Amino acid sequence: MNAPLLIFLAFVALTLAITAWAARRSSGAASFFAAGRRITGWQNGLAVAGDYMSAASFLGIAGLIAFNGYDGFMYSVGWLVAYLTVLLVVAEPLRNAGKYTMADILAYRLSPRPVRAMAALATLTVSTFYMIAQMVGAGALVSLLLKDSGISYTTAVTGVGLLMIVYVVFGGMLATTWVQIVKAVLLMAGTLLLSVLVLGHFGYSFAAFFDAVAHVRYTVNGLPVEQDFFTPGLKYKPPYGALDLISLGMALIFGTAGLPHILIRFYTVPDARTARVSVVWAMAIIGAFYVMTTFLGFGAATIVGRDFITTHGGINMSAPLLAQALGGDTFFAFISAVAFATILAVVAGLTISASSSFSHDFWSNVVHHGSPRGPYEEVRVARITAFVVGVVAIALAILLGPGANVAFLVGLAFAVAASANLPAIVLSIFWKRFNTAGAVAALGAGLASSILLILIGPSVRGPANALFPLENPGIVSIPIGFAAAVLATLASGDRTSEAKFAELQVRGNTGLGAEKPTAH
Amino acid sequence: MSSHRPPEWDRLAATPQFHALLRAKSAFVVPACLFFCAYYFALPVLVGYFPAFMNRRVLGPLNIAYLFALSQFVMAWLIAFLYTRAARRFDAMAEEVVRLNGANEGTRAQ
Repeated sequence: MNAPLLIFLAFVALTLAITAWAARRSSGAASFFAAGRRITGWQNGLAVAGDYMSAASFLGIAGLIAFNGYDGFMYSVGWLVAYLTVLLVVAEPLRNAGKYTMADILAYRLSPRPVRAMAALATLTVSTFYMIAQMVGAGALVSLLLKDSGISYTTAVTGVGLLMIVYVVFGGMLATTWVQIVKAVLLMAGTLLLSVLVLGHFGYSFAAFFDAVAHVRYTVNGLPVEQDFFTPGLKYKPPYGALDLISLGMALIFGTAGLPHILIRFYTVPDARTARVSVVWAMAIIGAFYVMTTFLGFGAATIVGRDFITTHGGINMSAPLLAQALGGDTFFAFISAVAFATILAVVAGLTISASSSFSHDFWSNVVHHGSPRGPYEEVRVARITAFVVGVVAIALAILLGPGANVAFLVGLAFAVAASANLPAIVLSIFWKRFNTAGAVAALGAGLASSILLILIGPSVRGPANALFPLENPGIVSIPIGFAAAVLATLASGDRTSEAKFAELQVRGNTGLGAEKPTAH
Repeated sequence: MSSHRPPEWDRLAATPQFHALLRAKSAFVVPACLFFCAYYFALPVLVGYFPAFMNRRVLGPLNIAYLFALSQFVMAWLIAFLYTRAARRFDAMAEEVVRLNGANEGTRAQ
């Protein structure tokens, strides 16, 4: 057994202990779906960060910067700025007016059955796409990080899947929250340590570090090259590079506030004020992390080098290889374990988001018309859903295999969130005239256009055969989502939704009548 | 979900206190959103369409592009800080509206 595996098993043991503790405390729906609404501001801030920063952030962005310099760093900026939309527009009214899922705020004054059915479809789509990307990534990582331990891709994927099922089925939102908190602390500690070691490598001199970044050496087609890595345009090139970046930025800025697994985190705090505080905590942590990608990415470029990374596992190994170069095998083991912890916390968040939406939105409100069938029915259905979602995700990830190109699935999740979920949420909060037809149209058109544009785009068909030139469909699909919402609203002439607009406004802005934390 | 006596939504929505709250909130949120979107999207637009200008070195090896990207973090944190400060005022105004609920009734269950 090797060191990364031991450290990872220690993390698994800790999270299982958390799950056992949470299972004993947990009873009832508010407890299972929303951790009893008793998570504090800083705890939820850490959990949001842990829910959000995926393996793509940790390994992917470090690699993007190590290989493409500035363009990779610019890519990371949008992941923080996106939280301003969450903070200023969505978090507080959602907490005040909703209960367990994203669809609650849509169903508040619109016709619940069609709206919840569409919202559940969008939530399940976003969650499963995102989850499959994480699972395939987890499996592929194993072959790189733990290649001496004899653990195969299938074993790794099954292990990650089973763990997320255990967290959610037994520990519900409370266990998920604490797994995310532990992960966020580990990730920040690892990143901070790595950053300090990078600076130490340059004698703690920013001048020496930045000077090295301006003179990065590697080989292209066998010829040595020296490149200033602060130069923009090494990755995003004409004719469509800039447009693709703008489109990605739109998906991040409008999509983060429409990601169901992030939104449901705001139901775990006692009130809207705490929800706000938790977004600010999350912004401090997420921002600090992305600023430090400067050290991770540029550090890997200057200390390890593109050539070495290419021959030792490829672009996604940039951060672990940097850890190995600076801190030896033990630090490599720690950083590898952090990468796994990162994936586990994110998939747990996605699983509970998918299962609460299926149970609360689809089962209770669409199939059973909102009439409760016993107090534990909703939780029981959610547990079964979590199990099914987990098994399906394991099966799909094994079928796709470690070589599958799944990075576009994360982009797809953000595109759907930005083009379908966000228009529906924002218009239902702010536009009195908005009605059921508008919400269904926004969700349907946003979902369909995002999927279609990705299917005919370069990620799926390859750059040569693409019928749509951009990897990120946001710049087209987001306006389609909003336009569909407005046109369908005006065309339908249904004005019944206006009756409860005053109620939603007062409740959303004052918290009057909002769900209370459970007495415990 | 609703208690015996639901809050008087429509009456509260019509009070001057509630209108003042909505006005105060949008006076902060609308300009803040417009500003951060303009500031953020300026980055890919400038880098994408004016690469030579953005690549100009201004501080040792650091160019405008890198410093502008770093400034995005400061901008986001600054707006979050300013909003948190302004929101204390919104909270006080919201509490005032909540106090008006049931003001002309006898007792109210919490």
